[in-house]
Amino acid sequence: MEICELTAHKLHNLLTSKEIRAEEVCLAVFKRINQVEDKVKAYLSLVREEALEKARAVDRKIDRGEAISPLAGIPVALKDNLCTKGLKTTCASKILYNFVPPYNATVVDKLRQEDAVITGKTNMDEFAMGSSTENSAFQKTCNPWSLDCVPGGSSGGSAAAVAAGEAICALGSDTGGSIRQPAAFCGVVGMKPTYGTVSRYGLVAFASSLDQIGPFARDVTDCALMLNAISGHDSMDSTSVPTELPDYRNALVEDIDGFRIGVPAEYFAAGLDDRVRRVIEEAITVLEQRGARVEETTLPHTEYALSTYYIIAPAEASSNLARYDGVRYGYRVEEAEDVVDMFSRTRSRGFGAEVKRRVMLGTYALSAGYYDAYYLKALKVRTLIRRDFERAFEKFDFLISPTTPSTAFRFGEKVDDPLTMYLSDVFTLAVNLAGLPGVSIPAGFVDGMPVGLQLIGKPFSESTLLRAAYTFEQSTAHHLKRPPLTGEVK
Amino acid sequence: MTRYEPVIGLEVHVELQTASKIFCHSSTAFGGDPNNHVCPVCLGLPGTLPVLNRNVVEAAIMVGLSLNCSVARFCKFDRKHYFYPDLPKNYQISQYDLPIAYDGYLDVEDEDGQPVRIGITRVHMEEDAGKLLHQGTIATTPYSLVDYNRTGVPLLEIVSEPDMRSPQEARAYLDKLKTIIQYTGVSDCRMEEGSLRCDANVSVRVRGSDTFGTKTEIKNMNSFRALQKAVQYEIERQIECLETGERIVQETRTWDETRGVTLSMRSKEEAHDYRYFPEPDLVPIVISPLWIEEITQQLPELPDARCCRYMDAYKLPAYDAGVLTSSKELGNYFEECVSLYPQPKTVSNWLMGELLRLLNDTNSEIGEARVRPAQLAGMLALIDKGTISGKLAKEVFEEMFRTGKDAQAVVKEKGLEQISDEASINAVIEQVIADHPGPVSDYRAGKERALGFMVGQVMKLTRGKANPGLVNRLLKDRLG
Amino acid sequence: MLSREVVDHVALLARLELSEEEKERYASQLADILEYAERLQELDTEDVIPTAHVLPLQNVFRHDTVGQHLPSEETLANAPDREDNCFKVPRII
Ligand SMILES: [Zn+2]
Repeated sequence: MEICELTAHKLHNLLTSKEIRAEEVCLAVFKRINQVEDKVKAYLSLVREEALEKARAVDRKIDRGEAISPLAGIPVALKDNLCTKGLKTTCASKILYNFVPPYNATVVDKLRQEDAVITGKTNMDEFAMGSSTENSAFQKTCNPWSLDCVPGGSSGGSAAAVAAGEAICALGSDTGGSIRQPAAFCGVVGMKPTYGTVSRYGLVAFASSLDQIGPFARDVTDCALMLNAISGHDSMDSTSVPTELPDYRNALVEDIDGFRIGVPAEYFAAGLDDRVRRVIEEAITVLEQRGARVEETTLPHTEYALSTYYIIAPAEASSNLARYDGVRYGYRVEEAEDVVDMFSRTRSRGFGAEVKRRVMLGTYALSAGYYDAYYLKALKVRTLIRRDFERAFEKFDFLISPTTPSTAFRFGEKVDDPLTMYLSDVFTLAVNLAGLPGVSIPAGFVDGMPVGLQLIGKPFSESTLLRAAYTFEQSTAHHLKRPPLTGEVK
Repeated sequence: MTRYEPVIGLEVHVELQTASKIFCHSSTAFGGDPNNHVCPVCLGLPGTLPVLNRNVVEAAIMVGLSLNCSVARFCKFDRKHYFYPDLPKNYQISQYDLPIAYDGYLDVEDEDGQPVRIGITRVHMEEDAGKLLHQGTIATTPYSLVDYNRTGVPLLEIVSEPDMRSPQEARAYLDKLKTIIQYTGVSDCRMEEGSLRCDANVSVRVRGSDTFGTKTEIKNMNSFRALQKAVQYEIERQIECLETGERIVQETRTWDETRGVTLSMRSKEEAHDYRYFPEPDLVPIVISPLWIEEITQQLPELPDARCCRYMDAYKLPAYDAGVLTSSKELGNYFEECVSLYPQPKTVSNWLMGELLRLLNDTNSEIGEARVRPAQLAGMLALIDKGTISGKLAKEVFEEMFRTGKDAQAVVKEKGLEQISDEASINAVIEQVIADHPGPVSDYRAGKERALGFMVGQVMKLTRGKANPGLVNRLLKDRLG
Repeated sequence: MLSREVVDHVALLARLELSEEEKERYASQLADILEYAERLQELDTEDVIPTAHVLPLQNVFRHDTVGQHLPSEETLANAPDREDNCFKVPRII
């Protein structure tokens, strides 16, 4: 395996035993970027020089005999909705095409403190609205397993970069499945932590009550290391939990003997690709063989989750995106007649079709006369959806399901039909509505395309999920496969 | 006015004097260069989040309590949406359906001195917007400049019930509200500087009717006097509309100070639809009875209670007590004087007579007065000792007010010390007798009035410095 | 389909200037999504408390202390238009 295809924990061992230098790791990753980025198009911007400088600083630490942190010298990519001081942060939107934040997101500061090497900013659906990364204003990212398929979204760039060896790990954000769905499509591990585990300060908001930052990694161990680095209380985020969080490395134990696992029947209903179903059933068998007790359960309000999500998320988005008006930063139209004209034309030209659609939908749902019927109703159904999970967790340690109803689809397949596109998030978005942790891990393949297994836990049970995911991973070899980077290039 | 009855409610915004803004660590300090008291949070940069300043909550609870409100056990923030360039997020973080305090009142007097209770609907917390700078007026300027220094300064909005029935009552309510808030110390309430802002809802109806007429909202009143004048004008305008059969339009009107009229604010803005929803970036506030108790303990004595205490402990007339407690500083000044010179009515007379007159003449406030309570007390002691006469004391006090010097120093510098030395006075008496033989013989003939003339002459020759009592006695002795 | 008036009103509230083609497309797409959302009305939520926050957090405060301000150059660095130390905008009315 090439250097750029190794895991962070493997590289850490090589670095501390001085078998490799951080600069070499960084060069290897940038070499891979040079080779494949034309095909994958995972990045919106790269910071090669800064990355190499940081890598050399890590090498000097090692030379001085200082202890280094687990992510020191590890090339990490950041989704382009995480604010980076002095480095363009666009959210893949024309309206922020030139925005350079004067501050770092808390997670960026945390990664820097760990001496991680930041490679660049990755492509995404504009403002994280989408499930294919096709809604980027700038470029289409391709799935490394088949270049004529989408990588998923909205964090498609981060998922593709990790899958293609263009980064060792990456950060994404997940509002309705935006980490787990692309992780499943690209055959990597992707985790959405419990709401409040990772500070949202510096994450450009899409839907504030649903957004959560999380890691992409090649295996569960790296996922735990990344989560260790980014989680924890932040006084800059009022919704960040003030409690002490565990060291997730302690969860990397191969033992799920006696675990009770629920399989929600609603997640195996119509719409699920039969071949995906068979892969997940095999995965269930593996878990049973490792001593877990797997039983069917029910989440009766599942069929309402999509509607609930598509009221709440656009409503919050319409509010969060009001600030893009051409006054303080970003794009502004020329020659405006007055302020209202300037605002309206700036926003019309600065936002893409999906963003405008959701802003319209959210504005409508909050407007006078409709608030109770749509927004308030959705908040109430959100309570019912949470209760479904609470009831299931009285009996089970965690739940499992396919991450997505199908494997990665082809470009253009769903762009013209928003509802069908939204349905690709149907297994992931209830987890955001309930604020729960969820992780997608490689579970097998259908026609050479990866399938993700989703584990859903109680609030703050990331350790349980990681332990089960680790046990599954150690019993299988799916996570060791690397993508061919072939396919018909569009 | 007699056939119609005005109905007035006020919405008052008060800027709180915290060190930092409501949701970030930027300073609330006034002045300085534009956009120099901002940070990523109050600029509303993408990705930033608000964190609530605890002192704002405590100030809001304190104001709620001082306005006899119920304090909410549970409250939250909401987003209020409207696009305007001075609003960095194009929504304002405010409170919608669950304000921090509600259902209060305050008592004022109407024109006839009768007590009136004005209901307070609610008190809520919100963030201030930035400032727009124009060349000329907003209507004629070719472009505007935006300064976000004021963005995120904490505000309390205090909404009254439509309980006021005259412009005077509205003014009395605002005066009283200002006094109470100043007493709590959470704001300086300077209307001219914008730390207190007031909008008025005005309607008129036929007296005796129990439904409200169509109301208009009046904005841009920059002083207490402007409020009274604007409301007065608007009432008259609406009555005229009714009399001539014209329809009153529900609208926002702006007060034009120079022309003395309210004008319709026609704008491109659509009918307001603020699309309130709970602020997802802030968590709810739960206020325990214990917390309310702690703040109650910190609550200072409020004007009504202080007024009663002055009447009771200092035996002051109601009028004096009312005036002296109408500002926290004036009351403090009074109490400090009395602690050094324990004759409350004398002190009250001097404050209400001389000090307030001089402050008014110089258009200054009690806090700026150079003459301090100890100096006034010192001067009163000089009167008692006979060093200066009561009449000259006014001249001395004016000088003290102007220069900030002690009474003793002023008396000495100006040579105003009272002459109580018998020999000196007798010498002057001899001269007056010599100069005015007529009145002398009149007096001796039994005309008592002539003595007054003689005393006046002695005072004149001593330029008012002779001790009048002594002059009187010595003259009688001499002529007797 | 949503009526043209509703689409126009919502677009104005959202400060979006939409083309005729966009108005038509959004009118039908929003109607589809809203129709799909209608199924929420099947549920009886009379006594259900709405979930605005998933976490039971309350009373998160900061101390009233003044921190670092942004240097003016950084504040205005991203401004599309500026004059002196202010953001410049076209006339308001
Ligand atoms: Zn600030």
